Amino acid sequence: MKYVDEYRDSKLAKPLVAELQRSVTKPLRVMEVCGSHTMAIFRNGIRTVLPEGFELISGPGCPVCVTSAPHMDAFISMADKPGVRVAIFGDLFRVPGTSGSLAHASSRGAKVDIVYSPMDALELAIKNPEDLVVFLGVGFETTTPGIAATIMSAKIRNVKNFTVFSTHKVMPAPLEALLSDPQLKIDGLLCPGHVSSIIGAGAYQPLVDKYNLACVVAGFETTDLLNGLILLARQVGSGKIAVENTYPRAVTWEGNARAQKMVYEIFEPADMEWRGLGVIPKSGLKIRENYSDFDAEKRLDITLPEAEEAKGCRCGAILKGIDTPIACHLFDTRCTPANPIGPCMVSSEGTCAAYHKYGRS
Amino acid sequence: MSQKTILLDHGSGGLASQELIGNLFLKYLDNPILRGLEDSAVLENQPGKLAFSTDSYVVDPIFFPGGDIGKLAVHGTINDLAMRGAKPLCLSLGLILEEGMDLVDLEKIIQSIAQSCNESGVPIVTGDTKVVPKGKGDKIFINTSGIGFVADGIDISSLNAKAGDNIILSGTMGDHGITIMTRRAGISMDGKLESDTMALHTMVAKLLDQLPEGIHTMRDPTRGGVATSLNEIAANSKLSIELKEEDLPVTPEVRAACEILGLEPLYLANEGKCLVVVQSDKTDQALAIMKGCKEGKDAQVIGKLVEGKAGRVVINTPIGGSRVVTPLHGEPLPRIC
Amino acid sequence: MCLAIPMRVTKVSGDPDDFTTSQIATVDADGISKEIRLDVVDRWPEIGEYLIIHAGFAIHTLEEKVAKENIELIRKMAEAMPEELLR
Repeated sequence: MKYVDEYRDSKLAKPLVAELQRSVTKPLRVMEVCGSHTMAIFRNGIRTVLPEGFELISGPGCPVCVTSAPHMDAFISMADKPGVRVAIFGDLFRVPGTSGSLAHASSRGAKVDIVYSPMDALELAIKNPEDLVVFLGVGFETTTPGIAATIMSAKIRNVKNFTVFSTHKVMPAPLEALLSDPQLKIDGLLCPGHVSSIIGAGAYQPLVDKYNLACVVAGFETTDLLNGLILLARQVGSGKIAVENTYPRAVTWEGNARAQKMVYEIFEPADMEWRGLGVIPKSGLKIRENYSDFDAEKRLDITLPEAEEAKGCRCGAILKGIDTPIACHLFDTRCTPANPIGPCMVSSEGTCAAYHKYGRS
Repeated sequence: MSQKTILLDHGSGGLASQELIGNLFLKYLDNPILRGLEDSAVLENQPGKLAFSTDSYVVDPIFFPGGDIGKLAVHGTINDLAMRGAKPLCLSLGLILEEGMDLVDLEKIIQSIAQSCNESGVPIVTGDTKVVPKGKGDKIFINTSGIGFVADGIDISSLNAKAGDNIILSGTMGDHGITIMTRRAGISMDGKLESDTMALHTMVAKLLDQLPEGIHTMRDPTRGGVATSLNEIAANSKLSIELKEEDLPVTPEVRAACEILGLEPLYLANEGKCLVVVQSDKTDQALAIMKGCKEGKDAQVIGKLVEGKAGRVVINTPIGGSRVVTPLHGEPLPRIC
Repeated sequence: MCLAIPMRVTKVSGDPDDFTTSQIATVDADGISKEIRLDVVDRWPEIGEYLIIHAGFAIHTLEEKVAKENIELIRKMAEAMPEELLR
C-alpha cells in the first residue's frame, strides 16, 4: 500500500531503533495521548526495544475508555427501548456499563447494528423507517466531522428517524486538566496523528508555552513512531522545546478548516464527563438547537442515571498516567479481556487491554 | 416441484419429506448407500484407527465469493479428519431448514455439496432434514459429521509437538474471514476477496505418505484464525511459539481490507489452510511437498516451537522487537480506534 | 481514535460547495475499492490523488510533494544526520 509500506520498511526502522538509543541523553517520561499510538507501539514491538530511561505512559486518548459509566448505561437503556435501533462502531460492542454491555443487550433482543461509518447508520434509518435509529456518538476530532456531515445529510434528505447521542469529546481540553494535576510529571507528549489532521499541529503550541512540554505529532507506522520518539528524546535532552510535526503528509499547522467548519455548524461546546477525570468544562460537544431533531437525548428524553464506578477499578488513575495497569489489583485477576470491569480493558486500544495483549513479556 | 419455498411439512417425515429427498437430495447426492435410505449407513471396516469428527455451519450470508455454506460444510469436516492424519471415508449431512427458505437456494446448496463431495471423493452416505418455523432459524443450518481411518503408525496430535519443530502455514491468512465480514451489510467493499474454502486431505495424504514420521501436529485455523490455533498448539504441547512477522503470508487485498476495517488477518477465519508442525530436519522436504500441491502453493514456514512459558505465542517484529499474540476473546469486529 | 489509511481516488462526484449534492469519491488500495464521503476533506481531490480515510470519510488530501518530504525526513533520520529537524 502506497504511503504505508515505505513507512514500515525495516531497512529504515532498524537504524531508527539504534538512533533512539543514542538520542536518550536524559531520562524522560512521555505521555502517548492517543490510544491508537499505544496500540501501534505495542504491536510493532517498540515497547520491547525502548531504551532505558525512556518511559511511556498512556493518556486519555481512547474515546471508549473515557466514556463515563452513566453514558454507557444510557446507551444500553436506549438499546433496550422498543422501536429503537442502535448503531455503533464495533469498538463499543463489549464495553461494560454497570450491568452488562451492548453485546448483552443484543442477546436479549435489542437491535444493535455495527457500522463502519456513521453514513451507514443513516442508510439504516432510511431502510428501516419504523425504527428510531440512534447512532452512539463516541470519538474525538478525527471522527466528529464525519458525524456532523451525516447529521447535515440527514437534514438535507429529510430523514425523520435518524438521531445521534453525542458523547463526543475534544482533545486539548483534557490535557490541560491532566497537566494541572501536580501528581502528573511528564516531559513530553506524543501527539495524536489523525486528530491533529483536523485540529492542526498548532493546537499544541499553548501546551509548549505554558508547561514547557515537548510536543511531537507522529503518525502510526513503525518509522513514524520511532522518528517521533527520537525527536522527543532529543528535545528533552537539548532543552529546545517546541511543537514538531513529523507527520506532515497528514497534518498541517492549521489543520482542516473545512472539517472544523462542519463540526461548528452542527455542534457547540458542552461540559462533558470523562471517566476517571470527572466533568471537564467545554471538553465535549452537544448538538445545536437548530439540529435538535437529530439529537437522541432530546428525542428520547434521556436523563443520565447516577452510576457507580466499579470498586477497585483504577481506570481513572491509569488514564491520567499516574498508575500502570499492573498497579491495579483487579488487572488480570477479576478484570480480564474476557470479563472486563472497566473500559480500559475492553477497548481494543485501552491501556489494560494493550498490556494484557502485548505487554506480558 | 411447483412449490417455491420450504414448508414445515418438508421436515415431518411424510410425503413432502420424501418428495424433497427423492426430487432434490438424491438427484445430486446419489450413491448406492444413500439411495438405500436406511436408518443408518453400514460400512466396510478399514485398516487402521477410526477417526470421527463433527461440525456445524451457520454462516451468514449463505452464498459468498468463493463458495457457499454447503461447500464449507463438506470441506470443513473433511479437513478436520485430515488434520489428525485420517483418510476421510464418508460424511453425514444434517439439515435444519427454516420454513420459507427459497427452494432455488436450497437446490444450489445441494448441488454445491454434491460437487464438493465428488471432487474430494468423499460421499454423503446418510442424512437428515428438519424444518423449524419461520423466525426460529436462519434459512439453513448444516451439520456434517465424518469418519475416516488413520493408518497404523501415524499419530498426529498437538501433544506431539516438540521444541525445535518448525511451523508451516499452507497459504495466505484471513481470506475467508474478511470475505464474510465484507459481505455483511454496511461494510461492503469491492475487490478480489474470496473465501479460500478447500479440501486439504489430498495434500495431507501426500505429506504423510512421504513423511510418515516427520509430521507431529496439524491444525486447520478456522474460527479465531491462525493466532487461536497456535495458542492451542502451544498450550497443549506446553511449549512456546515464536513467529516471524515478515513470514506471515497475506494477500495485498486481504491486507488492505483489514487495514480499512481495523482487523488483523491473524485472527480471521481460514477454511482452506492448515498449520503443519514438522520436525526441523524434515521441514524443507515438507515445504516442497506442500508447495507442489495446488492446495499449498503459497506454503511458508512461519515460525517454530521453542522451550519457554507454556502456551505463549510471540511475534518477532521487523525492528527486532516482539509482542505476545493472545487467543481471540470474541468475534473480531470492525473498529475505528 | 485514529484508524485511518491512505487510498487512491478513482472517481469523484458532487460539488464541494453544495452539500445537497452527494460528495462522494471512489477510492482504492491494492485492488480493494470503496465509496467514501468528501464532505469534510480539506482540499477537493483530483483523480489519482490519495486521501486519508477514517470511518468512511476523507479527512485529508495528501500533497505528493509533502509526502516526499515526509519520507525524506525519515530517511535522513535513519542515516543519522546530526542536525535536528524542526517543523
